[in-house]
Amino acid sequence: MIGNIIKKEFKELFVLATLIPIVVIAIVFGLVGQTIGNVGERMEEKPVIGIVDMDDGDFSDIAMAVLTEKAEVIYDGSDAEEGLEEVREENGVALLVVPENFSQNIYANHQGEIEIYWIMKGAGLMDSISSGVVEGLIQAVNQGISTKLIQQDSSFDPALVLNPTKRVEATFFKGKEIEGLSSSQLGNMLSSQSIVIPIVVMMLIIMAGASVISSMGMEKENKTLETLLTLPVRRSHIVIGKIVGSALVGMIMAAIYMIGFSRYMTSFQISDINLADFGLALSMQDYLLIGVSLFTALLAGLALCIVLGTFAKNYRSAQTLIFPITALAMISVFITMFKDFDTIPAVLRILVFAIPFSHPMMAMRALMMDNYSLVIGGIAYTAVFTVIMIVIAVRIFNSDRLLTGSVQKRGGLGKLVWGFRR
Amino acid sequence: MKAVEVRELVKDYGNFRAINGISFEVKEGEVFGLIGPNGAGKTTALRVIATLLQITSGSVAVFGYELPKEAGEVRKIISYLPEEAGAYKNLTGKDYLNFIAKFFGDREKFQNMVQRGLEIANLGERINDKVDTYSKGMTRRLLVGRALMVNPRLAILDEPTSGLDVLNAQEVRRIINSSVEAGVAVLLSSHNMLEVELLCHRIALINDGKIVASGTAEELKKEYDAGNIEEAFVKAIK
Repeated sequence: MIGNIIKKEFKELFVLATLIPIVVIAIVFGLVGQTIGNVGERMEEKPVIGIVDMDDGDFSDIAMAVLTEKAEVIYDGSDAEEGLEEVREENGVALLVVPENFSQNIYANHQGEIEIYWIMKGAGLMDSISSGVVEGLIQAVNQGISTKLIQQDSSFDPALVLNPTKRVEATFFKGKEIEGLSSSQLGNMLSSQSIVIPIVVMMLIIMAGASVISSMGMEKENKTLETLLTLPVRRSHIVIGKIVGSALVGMIMAAIYMIGFSRYMTSFQISDINLADFGLALSMQDYLLIGVSLFTALLAGLALCIVLGTFAKNYRSAQTLIFPITALAMISVFITMFKDFDTIPAVLRILVFAIPFSHPMMAMRALMMDNYSLVIGGIAYTAVFTVIMIVIAVRIFNSDRLLTGSVQKRGGLGKLVWGFRR
Repeated sequence: MKAVEVRELVKDYGNFRAINGISFEVKEGEVFGLIGPNGAGKTTALRVIATLLQITSGSVAVFGYELPKEAGEVRKIISYLPEEAGAYKNLTGKDYLNFIAKFFGDREKFQNMVQRGLEIANLGERINDKVDTYSKGMTRRLLVGRALMVNPRLAILDEPTSGLDVLNAQEVRRIINSSVEAGVAVLLSSHNMLEVELLCHRIALINDGKIVASGTAEELKKEYDAGNIEEAFVKAIK
């Protein structure tokens, strides 16, 4: 008996329509993982750096020896400008400069300065792995110098022995020079945007999307769709009305979610650095662009949802149709969270750009770095995507599909436009 | 002017031909009934005329407006009541009537329509309750009210008394008759032969997507030498 029920349930649930999205997502995630790369492997890789020794003293020799042993040194000279250019060209992580009097200062019981010029490629969580390894190298340099100090003389200040060097650093990121911050610090500050914004956008898309797909499912289940379609109102107005109505519901739900989530994230925030102090503040115009990007992405998502919603037979089947939207949003979240748009391979870059939800996720970070072309290009693409989806939805609303599940073919772009006007 | 003019209408669902070249006319102020068994093509025909389905071939005109070219104009003058229609469950009955009426007219017309809808539905205080709490009969009366309150020139009613008890069915028939007296043309489908005889001025018997006979109830009974429409229908499809 129970076997018979299990068999029936399995047959009812294990259908091609539920299987295909899972398979597609599994393939996409596999591809994403492979392309982003293995974190462990990258941690073990020697970081690519340049070194400039202007001191040529006992302690700078120790520093150079440690760095040469533990890093891949692509520039070892005396010209900081030249070194920086070389590191940039070779895709290196940082240029470390040991200035004159480094050793002399330490002998005089003062911390020796190490100048670090970071070349930051991206602000994703995965982009800061190499700089993390360099941070480790600095620790190794400190240890080497501390050992030497202990071996030489016991009259050194214990505080100096424990911390014989101090850092003076600047980070070069997307054409900007940010003084006083390491790439890790900058990455940490930007990571709050990397996590909070993508997740909030994802929740907004999923919640509003679920509303519009469910609305389609309920129209069918409650048998209200036929009546709606015979009322003297344009199909395009029905589609747009559903999208805007759901967008409002989704935004309210996302706002409630955001309040809770932002408080949750605040509890993890350890940095009290103000981005505005480093020229990374956003203007009103930037916030307006972020708003437009978010709104167009929401409309694009909902327009896609309404197309998917036309496949819903009832409320229950509508719930499963939200899955492709969730999957697309999750792909955008993971990629934008872990990698910067500029540091991902071309295939993933196309994928991320093609998913409309990615654009508001990337917008804030892009605007901080004055990358207006990415944001405005994203808005334009998302707007075009929305219009195409609405036209497709209206075309489906004009066809037999909504009521019968099949389409009476009309053919031709002209018919498509005609359908939109009806 | 003819309320409905259907010529050689064919409707295919993929390889299945649901309607196979039917032709009929509905006059102004007339109740015309499509009668046939399940799957005969009644609902498909009504859905095509209600602008819900595309035409495979043939032509359909409603008060001179050709489908599908002038579907927007047709929707302004028709009202369609599907067999298994529902209303939005989170709205009250009155809110539902308000929602529909807003599509049809200005402020003054809107008020009159809603008032007429309230009278037809005749749900008393329950009109202010959510549709979710209504019985099947109450929902159907609300929907009949919705369909007829907008003063359509053509009401397309698919099994208007489907699932209703005798008293509710009789009330719905009374409402339809009073609308016809006010000048509305009605095209309806039904399994209920008694209802058809009571309501319809003319009838078309439909089977396997084809109209097998048409005329007044008296003409059909006479033609097939039958005591009632049911008997005439059985003889017609043999």
